[in-house]
Amino acid sequence: MTALLEVRDLSVSFLTSRGAVPVLAGVSLSVGEGEVVGLVGESGSGKSVTALAILGLLGEQGRVEGGEIRLDGRDLLPLPEREWLRVRGRQIAMVFQEPMTSLNPLLPVGFQVAEVLEAHLGLGRREALARAVELLRDVGIPDSGRRAQDYPHQLSGGMRQRVMIAMAMACRPRLLIGDEPTTALDVTIQAQILALLRDLGRAAGTAVLLISHDLGVVAAMASRVVVMYAGQVVEEAPARELFSAPRHPYTRLLLAMVPGVREKRSRLSAIAGSIPAPAAMPAGCRFHPRCPDAIPLCREAAPTLDAHGPDRRVRCWRADGVRP
Amino acid sequence: MREFTVGGRVFRAVDDVSFHVGPGETLGLVGESGCGKTTVGRLILRLLPANAGRIVFDGRDVTDVPERRLRDFRRAVQVVFQDPYSSLNPRLTVRDIVGEPLRNFGATRRAAAARVGELLDTVGLSPSYMTRYPHAFSGGQRQRIGIARALALGPRLLVCDEAVSSLDVSVQAQVLNLLADLQRQLGLALLFISHNLAVVRHVSHRVAVMYLGRLVEVAPEGILFEHPRHPYTRALLAAVPEVGPDALPPAVLPGEIPSPLDPPAGCRFQTRCPRAEARCRAAEPPLVEEAPGRFVRCYFPEPEPLRRVA
Repeated sequence: MTALLEVRDLSVSFLTSRGAVPVLAGVSLSVGEGEVVGLVGESGSGKSVTALAILGLLGEQGRVEGGEIRLDGRDLLPLPEREWLRVRGRQIAMVFQEPMTSLNPLLPVGFQVAEVLEAHLGLGRREALARAVELLRDVGIPDSGRRAQDYPHQLSGGMRQRVMIAMAMACRPRLLIGDEPTTALDVTIQAQILALLRDLGRAAGTAVLLISHDLGVVAAMASRVVVMYAGQVVEEAPARELFSAPRHPYTRLLLAMVPGVREKRSRLSAIAGSIPAPAAMPAGCRFHPRCPDAIPLCREAAPTLDAHGPDRRVRCWRADGVRP
Repeated sequence: MREFTVGGRVFRAVDDVSFHVGPGETLGLVGESGCGKTTVGRLILRLLPANAGRIVFDGRDVTDVPERRLRDFRRAVQVVFQDPYSSLNPRLTVRDIVGEPLRNFGATRRAAAARVGELLDTVGLSPSYMTRYPHAFSGGQRQRIGIARALALGPRLLVCDEAVSSLDVSVQAQVLNLLADLQRQLGLALLFISHNLAVVRHVSHRVAVMYLGRLVEVAPEGILFEHPRHPYTRALLAAVPEVGPDALPPAVLPGEIPSPLDPPAGCRFQTRCPRAEARCRAAEPPLVEEAPGRFVRCYFPEPEPLRRVA
């Protein structure tokens, strides 16, 4: 698979009243043509910042300190804003967690989908509105001609997320970034939206970078998984290998901490403490203060993200020595 | 039963819901948005009056007891909320937040402070945090503070309404383990309200499933998850994405959850049910106790256990 998106050594910091705080430290990941990659991590791991950086949406507070973001081999970071406008929405689109805050409450949803078509594909108003109704139908909104005239508050959460997906897929983007796209939804509605994302992605050949804290969602969708912790990638592997034999202690604990619906565990594994704050990163391995397998080396030197086999990378000094 | 008035129309958020929680037991109450699970929690806490039905605590009917005579009940039944940010007053120190119930029940400032120290220790926080304000804590620590407050008066029943839903998985695991430890040490009964089926399975001894204001199934945990009888319970379980190397994609149950303002006639699940027949549209099935402690509200309950995929 040729890499559609290639993020290399991306470092980002945010400007705060206390100076620049680094939030991403050398993040590398890639998404192949048509591939679904899961990006997993807890709050503060940097997964959403990674997504915003890929979209050039870090805002005034965010600053890229180094690295590259290549789409089809072209580095996006040096692009002027005018060029970004042609990438964002047309080649890379995004679906956020909360459709209510992503949609304009004062405009009918069909109009909002049509706006995307006018802006990116240059369609006229009438043509765009007609196409918007088709797009809403394609994302499974029944009676889409009439629902296109509804305002966001008249739709359920699931239907609003379908509208967001219609907007994101309007230009058949090469890459769709979903940042917790089903987290706010009920479980039966989540299953519908995941199936829709998978079907639409396949039909349009769109690659998906799926960001989620929910390992089940990622297991259901992704063929490859990237795990982040404290602003770094700590493990990357094909989904099947990652879930059957995690190599980084954090990944292993993450899997052991989630209760299962198909079996009952007597007690959950837990990690003491929480993700360190960006301004107070521990020396050495960033996970070492919470790691049950830490050795003195882990406190002293930061491990690098090393290849272990053809398509697995692990950031751990003991990746070869520690077995689950 | 509880009715609300919305735009001049009366609707029943919760109707004909009956269950019990035993001492030291955890009852999981699970369901999707609009099923009425939070309303049930608030009815039990007497934060909302019921329009019909009874709430009996420790043999005493507390449904219509005036608030001033509820002090024993208030002491015995406490709540842990979902959002550890909005449920702690940002202008109070931890000492005042956790100590407030104690002061309300007559403890002196000094006695309350001593007890707060013990309570913080119980929930795994350093007593030295007493003088800090909520903003100084992470979400998981705040939830521990909320639990310490709920424990202050030595309750016997804790209502947990989505108590771990806003927490990261590592913090969620810590809080779930803490609740399990507290239950064992203190003999607490828990009413654990959640949309998360895996979490409910983990904490519960028995589980009640709600849909659109009704209980549709109640059973001991193992039985409910291994052999669910109601088609909704089965659909709900099948929709949960599984973590694992050979995870099947979640099964899709088509259709929207109807508005509780305008529920369908007959069985409330008939609009989405794969098994629905004319009878289901005509009249709502009753909640039937098929075996001791095993209730199902369905004309055509599933005979087979869930099939396991090897």
